[in-house]
Amino acid sequence: MTKTTDAPDTAHSPTPTSRRTGRRPQAGTTPKTGATPKIHRTTGVVGILLKIVALGVIDALAVYAAFVLLLDGSWPVALAVVIVALAITVVYLRPGMLPAKYLVPGTVFLIMFQLVVVVYSGYIAFTNYGDGHVGDKDDAIAALIQKSFARTPDTPGLDMVVVDQAGQLSFLVTDAEGRAMLGGEDRPLTEVPDAEFDGGAAVGIPGYTTLDLSQKLDRQQEIAHLSVPLADDLDEGVLRTKDGTTAYVYTASMHYDEAEDAFTDSSTGTVYRDNGTGAFTSDAGKALLPGWKIDVGFDNFVRAFGEESIRGPLLQVIVWTFVFAGFTVLATFAVGVLLAILLDNPRLRFRRTFRVLVILPYAFPAFLSALIWSGLLNSQFGFVNQVLLGGAQVPWLTDPLLAKVSILIVNLWLGYPYMFLVATGALQSIPGEYVEAARVDGAGAWTVFRRVKLPLLMVTMAPLMVAAFAFNFNNFNVIYMLTEGGPQDISTDMNVGATDILITLVYKVAFGETSGRDYGLASAFSIIIFLLVAAMSIAGFRRTKALEDLH
Amino acid sequence: MTATSVHPAVNPEHRPASAPSQRRRARLALIASYIVIIAACVIAVFPILYIVSASLNPNGSLVGANAMFTSFDLGNYITLFTSPAQPYAAWFVNTLIVGLAASAGTVLLGGLAAYAFSRMRFTGRRFGLTAILLVQMFPQLLGVVAIFLIMIAIGDIFPALGLDTLLGLILVYLGGALGVNTYLMYGFFNTVPSSIDEAAKLDGAGHARIFFTIILRLSAPILAVVGLLSFIGTVSEFVVASVLLADPAKQTLAVGLFQFVSQETSANWPVFAAGAVLAALPVVVLFFALQKYIVGGLTAGAVK
Repeated sequence: MTKTTDAPDTAHSPTPTSRRTGRRPQAGTTPKTGATPKIHRTTGVVGILLKIVALGVIDALAVYAAFVLLLDGSWPVALAVVIVALAITVVYLRPGMLPAKYLVPGTVFLIMFQLVVVVYSGYIAFTNYGDGHVGDKDDAIAALIQKSFARTPDTPGLDMVVVDQAGQLSFLVTDAEGRAMLGGEDRPLTEVPDAEFDGGAAVGIPGYTTLDLSQKLDRQQEIAHLSVPLADDLDEGVLRTKDGTTAYVYTASMHYDEAEDAFTDSSTGTVYRDNGTGAFTSDAGKALLPGWKIDVGFDNFVRAFGEESIRGPLLQVIVWTFVFAGFTVLATFAVGVLLAILLDNPRLRFRRTFRVLVILPYAFPAFLSALIWSGLLNSQFGFVNQVLLGGAQVPWLTDPLLAKVSILIVNLWLGYPYMFLVATGALQSIPGEYVEAARVDGAGAWTVFRRVKLPLLMVTMAPLMVAAFAFNFNNFNVIYMLTEGGPQDISTDMNVGATDILITLVYKVAFGETSGRDYGLASAFSIIIFLLVAAMSIAGFRRTKALEDLH
Repeated sequence: MTATSVHPAVNPEHRPASAPSQRRRARLALIASYIVIIAACVIAVFPILYIVSASLNPNGSLVGANAMFTSFDLGNYITLFTSPAQPYAAWFVNTLIVGLAASAGTVLLGGLAAYAFSRMRFTGRRFGLTAILLVQMFPQLLGVVAIFLIMIAIGDIFPALGLDTLLGLILVYLGGALGVNTYLMYGFFNTVPSSIDEAAKLDGAGHARIFFTIILRLSAPILAVVGLLSFIGTVSEFVVASVLLADPAKQTLAVGLFQFVSQETSANWPVFAAGAVLAALPVVVLFFALQKYIVGGLTAGAVK
C-alpha cells in the first residue's frame, strides 16, 4: 500500500532514530548560530570548470529548444525556456544567492513535471482534446481532403517509373499524349522535355536515378504513401500508385470552400459546416473526423454530471472509490494494530521471526503481489478455487460484487504491514509507566488498550491514516493489476467496470484501447479527484491537529 | 486478549484471590494469540511461497502451479531469458536503470533542497516548505494525460527525451523529488548539530564541501531510507511508465510483466512466476537489509 509517498510529513523537526557520531567540536569554539560569517569559499578549479561546462550545456540546449519552438510558432514557450535558462545561469554565476543554488535543481523539475502538469491538466480539462481532436483546424481540413481521395472511376492507368534525387522520390509519368511529366509530394506535375524514352514511355531523366524492382520493394511503404498533385489545385486530383509501374488518378470527394468555411461531399451533396464543436458537422448532426482542438469551457464537467451515460457510472465509481479507500484504511488499521499488540506481548516466543513474516507482504513489490493474487483467484484454474475449495468455480474476479470483495481482501493483505510497522513503533514509544499506572488503578487489558494505548496510538497514526486514505484513493496498481477495473459494466457504452476507481477511470478514458481517447474528459476527472482529495486531506489534517492538541 | 473484568485493586502488592483462574485465562489468551499470529503469518507468506513454487514447476500452466513444491526445475528461468516472447532481460535492466537513476536523483535533489531549508534562512523559506507539501496533493499519476502530451512535445524537440526513452521517464519521476522525502531529510539534517558545520566553516570549508562531506555523510541512514523508498516506488510505478513506454524493449518490469501475464494468463503463468521472483528479489533483500532504518523513517515524522 503506502510505499512511497505517504511517509509521515510533519514540518516540525522530527527526531529520527539516529545517534550522532562522537565528533562534536568543543563547546567553546561554537560561534553564534544565525550570524553566518562571510568566509572565502574554497572552490577548486575543477569545480569552476564543471560548473561552466554544465551551465554551457544547459544554455546550449535551451537555445536550441527555444529556436525550434520559435520556428514552430510557440513563442510563449520559447520565451519561458529562455527565461528559465537565464535564471539558472545567473543563480550559479553570481556570488551569493546561496539558498537558490541549492533549491534550483529540484525546483526546476518540480515546476516542469508537477506545476506545469497541474496547470496543463487544468487547461486540457476545458478542451475537447482527444482522438479526432488533436491538431488545429488547418490540419483537420488538410487531413479531411487527403482522407477523401478515392480512385476516379473509368480513368486509365498511366505508365510511370519512380525516380530518386538525393533521397527524395518523384513520379515520372507518361501522360495520355505521350509527354513525360515529373512531380512529387506537394510538387504538382510539370512537363520535362529532356526525359529518356523507351518504347513511348519515359524511363529516366538526367540527374535522377530510376528505381529498379528491388529498390522499389525496399521503399514500398514510402512509394505507396506518395500523392502527386496533377495541378496546383488539389481538386484536380492526385496520382497514386500501388506497384510503382502504373499510376491512377485519385480525386477528393470532399471539397472545402474557404469563403463558406464548409465542406461539401460531392457524391451526396451534404454540406458540413463549422458549428463551433470542433468538427465540420452536417445539418443532420454527422461530424467529420478528424476535427480539431477547441476550448469547450465547462463542457467536460457538464458532461460528467449531466449526461446520463456518464453520470451513472461516474457516481458509482466515486462511491466505490470512497468505500475502497475508507474500508482499506480502517481494515488495515484494525489488523495492523491487532497484530502489533499481540506481538508486543513479551511472553510470546519467536516474536522476531513472526514480525519478519508478518511484514513480508510490504517488502514484496505491490504490483507483483496483485498479479500473483489475480492468478490465485482465477475462477477456472486458480489455487483458491481448485485446491482450497475443491474445484469450485467461484467467480472471485468476474462477478461485480465478489470482485469488489476480493479487491478489499487483497488490498488488506497488501496494506496491513504498513500499519503494523507504524503501530509497533508507536507502541514501543508508549511509556511503560502509563500502562503500569492504569493497571494499578485496576484496569484490565481491554481497558488499558481502549483508554491508554489507543488514544496514544491515534496521535501517531491519525495523520498517517489520512495520508493512507489519500494514497488509496489513487491506488491504481491494485485495481488495475487485479481486475483492470472489470468486470465490465455492460449497461453503459462507457468503458467502465465494477471495480474501477476514479484514477483507473481516468486512465481508461484517456488511454483505453476499446473506446476512443478523450483527454479532455479524463483531465476533467483528474481535476475532480484533485478537488476531492484536497478537500478531504485538509479536513483530515485539521481533525488530526485537533487530536494532537488534545494530548 | 479477552476483556477481563475490572478488579478493585485494593492491595496491588497481593495477588488477587482468583489467581489460578486468571492464570489459566492468561494462558488461553496466549494460545489464542499464537493461533491468530500463526494464521496471519501463513496468510502473509502463502502467496509468496506459491509464486516461488510456481516458478520452479515445469508444468506449464496456471493449473499446474497448484501442485506446490512437487518438482524442482529451473526451466522457467531459462525460458524467461531465452524466449523471444518477452524481452525480460531488457525489462530488468531498464527497471534497474530507471530505479537507480531516479532514486539517486531524488536523494540528491531532495538533499540539496533540504540542506537549504535546514541551514539557511531566507525570505520565502516557510512558503517553500508549505508549497512542497501542497504540490504533493496532486500526485503525478493524476496528471498522466498532461505528462503524456508534454513528453510528446518535448520529444519533438529532443527525441532523446521523448516517448519511449528511459531518460524521459527518469526526468518525469524526478519531478516528484521534492516532496515528502525532502521533509524526511530536512528533519534529519536539523538533528545534525550546526556547530559541526560552523567548525568546518572556520577551518575554511565552503558550503558545498560542508554539504557533501559532512551533512550527507552524517545523514547516511535517512539517505538510505529515501533512496530505498523512491527505488521501490519507481520499480512499482505503472501508470506513467505504461503511457510513456510503448516499445516492448524499452519497458520496465511493471509494464512488461503486466502485459505479458494479462495477455495469456494461464499459459504464461510459470514464466511470469519466474520473472516475478527475480524482480522481487532485489527489492525484498534491500528492504530487509535496511528495515531498521525504514521503520525509523516511517515513524520519524510522527513519533516525536
